[in-house]
Amino acid sequence: MPKEYKTPQLDELEKGPWPSFVKEIKLAAKNNEMANDVLGQLEQSYDERLGHWKHGGIVGVMGYGGGVIGRYSDLPDKYPAVSHFHTLRVNHPSGWFYTSDALRKVCDIWEKHGSGLTNMHGSTGDIVLLGTRTEKLEPVFQELAEAGFDLGGSGSDVRTPSCCVGKARCEWACYDTMKACYDITMRYQDELHRPAFPYKWKFKFAGCPNDCVASIARADCSLIGTWRDDLRIDQDEVAAYADGGLDIFNDVVLQCPAKCMRYDAEKKTLEVDNESCRRCMHCINVMPKALRPGTDTGAVFLLGSKAPILEGALLSSVMVPFVNLDDEEEFEDFCDLVDEMIDVWCEEGKARERVGEFIQRVGMGNFLEAIGLEPMPEMVAYPRDNPYIFYEMEEEEELEEA
Amino acid sequence: MAETKPRITDIGPPDYRQFLPPVIEKNYGQWKYHEILEPGVMVHVAERGDKVYTVRVASPRLLSLDTIRFYADVADRYCGGHLRFTSRHNVEFMTTDADNVPEIRKEVEERGHLVGGIGNSITSMVHTQGWVHCHSAATDASGIVKAVMDDLAEHFTAMDLPAKCRIALACCLNMCGAVHCSDIAILGIHRKPPRIEHDKLDKICEIPLVSSSCPTAAIRPTTVNGTKSVDVIEEDCMFCANCFTVCPALPIADAEADGVSIWVGGKVSNARTQPRFSKLAIPYITNNPPRWPEVTSAVKNIVDVWRQDARKFERIGDWIERIGWPRFFKKTGIEFGKEHIDDYTHAGLSFQRTAQITHVDWD
Repeated sequence: MPKEYKTPQLDELEKGPWPSFVKEIKLAAKNNEMANDVLGQLEQSYDERLGHWKHGGIVGVMGYGGGVIGRYSDLPDKYPAVSHFHTLRVNHPSGWFYTSDALRKVCDIWEKHGSGLTNMHGSTGDIVLLGTRTEKLEPVFQELAEAGFDLGGSGSDVRTPSCCVGKARCEWACYDTMKACYDITMRYQDELHRPAFPYKWKFKFAGCPNDCVASIARADCSLIGTWRDDLRIDQDEVAAYADGGLDIFNDVVLQCPAKCMRYDAEKKTLEVDNESCRRCMHCINVMPKALRPGTDTGAVFLLGSKAPILEGALLSSVMVPFVNLDDEEEFEDFCDLVDEMIDVWCEEGKARERVGEFIQRVGMGNFLEAIGLEPMPEMVAYPRDNPYIFYEMEEEEELEEA
Repeated sequence: MAETKPRITDIGPPDYRQFLPPVIEKNYGQWKYHEILEPGVMVHVAERGDKVYTVRVASPRLLSLDTIRFYADVADRYCGGHLRFTSRHNVEFMTTDADNVPEIRKEVEERGHLVGGIGNSITSMVHTQGWVHCHSAATDASGIVKAVMDDLAEHFTAMDLPAKCRIALACCLNMCGAVHCSDIAILGIHRKPPRIEHDKLDKICEIPLVSSSCPTAAIRPTTVNGTKSVDVIEEDCMFCANCFTVCPALPIADAEADGVSIWVGGKVSNARTQPRFSKLAIPYITNNPPRWPEVTSAVKNIVDVWRQDARKFERIGDWIERIGWPRFFKKTGIEFGKEHIDDYTHAGLSFQRTAQITHVDWD
């Protein structure tokens, strides 16, 4: 019989309209000692306002350096079932689509070998299997592999790439995010499973500038869909929106950040100065039946975002203003450029230095030179406003001599 | 001799194509438009006229196998055995038959899982592990999320806001939840320097690595009772806990000092305005489990003031941009102090460097 813990604090979190994680832990605890001890230890954390997990250790599966987060209780005598409580990150399928059978297979494996607790999903995208013992890691890994699943990234490696729903169910997807995500994941299997980088490297694929996967804030390598040609307009649908009561002048034209739209209220037609359009998505978001991205579509490739640790948060910034990732050759070129970036960063980067911080340290100009990318005005919000330029006179002189 | 199976490695994730519902496989890349039919329900219409209805369902993210199997059963009953999850931990049931929509709604609501989170609403909170699984947490994650969303559930199930509102929580500055671009971010913080476990530091940590991990160079090698260790200049510590990340002998969590901070006005979408970071609204609220009432009321207050004051389409950051930060603090009643003024690298960029000012009566 598992111990029965009194959990007056956690019981409070079973109340209220939002689905309760405490109910989930209790469901799992009915027939799982680990989940039951999680409940006991968590109640104690609520009493003491302190966590009770120790700093991770190095545990994993043979041949991999990532995918498992080592975790131990600091109260193993009191909660022996969670003395080990390691987590496996399992690489999710692109777009988080599943069949019920695939999900049940994962459930069956985790029922046999783990706590029965999961996260669907972790913030990076993986299926998170929360809590098992060291000796169970290998069996879980191999049974998952037999079911078609592999581990995701952790530590200083390529982290599990993720993407928005893309062309599967969104009319705004400017490239095939799910395919790009899958292809990249398969290409970087070695780098994903065997940490050899200065620090983590994340890919996120967003199909349009609405960026439903927070690519620009959360990925070192952000691919955000865009288009180069004209916005597609269905003027009959524009009129239908007007007839339906939409205030096109106030809600669409005046909200445009580029001020590139004109609305003829009499004819109920919309005109766009496409050269000035910034591809922000607002008008399309408001009038999805009337407006659509163009057909010359691809992605903006931005680099370098991260959370604050250590030198402060960064957003990704433009490296390549347009790349058609659906085109095989351009996709290869994109991968080559990424390889080049990773090489330079691996060579020169310091331990625990994300690529965005690395660029801050060495200078974007030098980074571009090292990876062989020409500077372009699209890369900056504005040119430098200080006069401290590192002129390289020797090179200029050499050029003049030549 | 026992037969050994060959070990399978580096197979990568399952190919997503095997998991797509037939209507999606058939219309992949051929979607024409979509409409939100009611809160939490939308229809996507393909060029050839096919339709797929999506019901978006809240989840606590931390799921038991019972609940995942429940989702699988619902998918079998109404969705041909297919389902998906969103980037913010919701579950989506997709069906070609509009009659299935109320049935799906009924089943999930009976289990206590709300339908909503589409359009101008508050969708599920991206969050981290907290005391459920993390060693570096300054607060719990799931508990605050549950309490905050209980308070805001009415905005998940309705589309009654000026724009969408993304709330996220990270239980320490490492930000596994990368909350730094959220409309409202709840961030766990430490406020005391690490305690130095001199007796074991040299055994389990690399001292040069520990020293160099400190962004303010407050950690220096030293010798204590003949044992190599480190010294922390306490007044230079900004409680980032990066030293603890590289060295377990520098624990920083403290029951009395730890708590959460609240940040506002960030976004990742490019629609109308550019992506931007969240800015500090409330520097510190003490941890008050199990329901963190001071945190939930602070978040609700910001949402309520924004909801009543913002113009159509204005995300929280857009609204603040228009009315100015002085009026944000005035209207929300949040106190402004020294902590709000940046003093890290390039801090001056955030100072008000113009005479364009909105005058606020502070009396």
